[in-house]
Amino acid sequence: MTTYIIRRLIMTIPLLIGISIITFAMMQFAPGNPAVLDVDPDIPPEAREAQIEALGLNDPLPVQYARWMGGVVTGDLGNSYISKRPVVDMISERLPNTLILMFASSVLAVVIAIPIGIVSAVRQYTKTDYAITLVSFAGVAVPNFWIGLMLIMFLSVQFGWFPVGGVQTLNADFNLWDRLHHLFLPALVLATADTAALTRYTRTSMLEVKNQDYIRTARAKGFKEGKVIFKHALRNALLPLITIFGLMLPTFIGGSVVVENVFSWPGIGELFLTSVNQRDYPVIMAMTMFTAFLVVIGNLIADILYAIVDPRIEY
Amino acid sequence: MDQQQNVIELKEVTTSFYSRKQELTVVDRVSFNVKQGETLAIVGESGSGKSMTSLSIMQLVPAPNGKITNGEIIFNGEDLLKKPEKAMYTVRGNDISMIFQEPMTSLNPVYTVGEQIREQLMYHQPLSKREAHQKGIEMLERVGFSRAKEIMGEYPHQLSGGMRQRVMIAIALSNNPKLLIADEPTTALDVTVQAQILDLMRNLSNEYDSSIILITHDLGVVAELAQRVVVMYAGQVVEEAAIEDLFDKPLHPYTEGLLNSMPKLDEEQDRLQSIPGAVPTPDNFPVGCRFVTRCPYAMEVCTKEQPTLLEKESGHKVRCFLHEEGVVNDGEHERSS
Repeated sequence: MTTYIIRRLIMTIPLLIGISIITFAMMQFAPGNPAVLDVDPDIPPEAREAQIEALGLNDPLPVQYARWMGGVVTGDLGNSYISKRPVVDMISERLPNTLILMFASSVLAVVIAIPIGIVSAVRQYTKTDYAITLVSFAGVAVPNFWIGLMLIMFLSVQFGWFPVGGVQTLNADFNLWDRLHHLFLPALVLATADTAALTRYTRTSMLEVKNQDYIRTARAKGFKEGKVIFKHALRNALLPLITIFGLMLPTFIGGSVVVENVFSWPGIGELFLTSVNQRDYPVIMAMTMFTAFLVVIGNLIADILYAIVDPRIEY
Repeated sequence: MDQQQNVIELKEVTTSFYSRKQELTVVDRVSFNVKQGETLAIVGESGSGKSMTSLSIMQLVPAPNGKITNGEIIFNGEDLLKKPEKAMYTVRGNDISMIFQEPMTSLNPVYTVGEQIREQLMYHQPLSKREAHQKGIEMLERVGFSRAKEIMGEYPHQLSGGMRQRVMIAIALSNNPKLLIADEPTTALDVTVQAQILDLMRNLSNEYDSSIILITHDLGVVAELAQRVVVMYAGQVVEEAAIEDLFDKPLHPYTEGLLNSMPKLDEEQDRLQSIPGAVPTPDNFPVGCRFVTRCPYAMEVCTKEQPTLLEKESGHKVRCFLHEEGVVNDGEHERSS
């Protein structure tokens, strides 16, 4: 198992290099560059040219890439073109907030989606099932920034049940309840689409398993419906869901870009959006590589979980 | 054995499937009984309703479309169909057990063999986990595993089809059921393994004096195991007889056709005989006798009216106008082989 994990991690290196080359190239092909966007329009063209030259943006692309890669290998992701601060610092001070948000969202998604999906499958073609189906399609279809805004408007502004944004009450000491209070709405909104999708997947997976021969065997053994569903069907139905969940993990990063902006949540999603708008190449590169790494890790976690749950899989 | 009491008796059991448009009767007023220690075979082609009959006994007809609409299933002097669903939980897997056609998929792939035997024992008997484990090992030894201890810790995918079917039998017999329903237990297995499983079932039924309902389309299997045979066609019982009577003197043209389509070693045959056509689907049952479309002796009356199941000789019942008084003068007809 350990050798398998190590092998998988080594295999990700060429993958990440490939991703970095593509991202690097695409970034350069996009119109605009940091000097043009950020600098005062009254500055004379010579000064702007000098700025571009100083950032090394006139060098051939392979040279620029090699310079960036050289930094990465030594653990230096460079400095932001805009704030001039090290990218590592900028990300590491915001990363915990995003990770907390992602973790809370994924827990919410699983805790909500799986029971509802089971109910939907067990009561297939009943009104309950149709209602769940309708709501989950809505959950996938409605953009999460809109849901976020609506929740803020009603629950936060009108009823005052939840704070409007931020990670905690300003200038307050650390307080777990206060943190959770702030976390709930953004986590819920970030989880919406994936919860809805996961509900549908759970339903499909349960329905498929319910028709298997071993479920009939379980019934023939005299087990009550609850035991048949939760002991014999559920564990088999979870297998495909693990893969789907692993693939969902990186979508939380994408979702967090929007949700963090709506809820003024100081995470890397917010940083990502700002850096793209400002063509802050070192930050964009670091963020993309981080997301790519997360995809790889998500898949690896899914594969490991798979091996734990399904005895038929060996490494 | 003839004087022994019935373990189970089906009276006019009818099972239907409902779709939006129609009601399809897949088991039509089926009656038969099984005596203590007896092995009764239910024979028929695919689609004859034999599996649905067995699922009806277990009350495991696929819900919500399938329903047992009529009849009585007397077991232990009580009508199972009148009992609440709750009571069935103690009947299934305890008084009546069932093994299925597909040993490859009938065991849950994510639990060990041991877990699947133990849960069955502990569910119906007040046993500790350790006692259940011990009993499980005994059961596995009884169905012929020499390394029963190790098998307890293995997963179904590590076993062959024959081994899995043994495990299924061990699970089914673990609570000493009065009745074992075996739905095509050897169909999916290699011929040599089939013989082993049949041997095993015969020995165990002698040892436990338990009754077996054996569902099969294989008359060879019937000859191996059964004392009595019920022949089903298109949801109905068309003939019921003791095993010797059925093989020596089949009364129904369908039974005759089935017997003729078996390969024989003692006669030279260029081709195997077969019954032309296929079992009609429940939405296509003929108005009269359901076999009329394939019957070589079909008469005018057969297309118009349904024959009734009559006891022609002691213990030998048949549903055919050829054997109904007053329909044809000559009740006997020549076998066409």
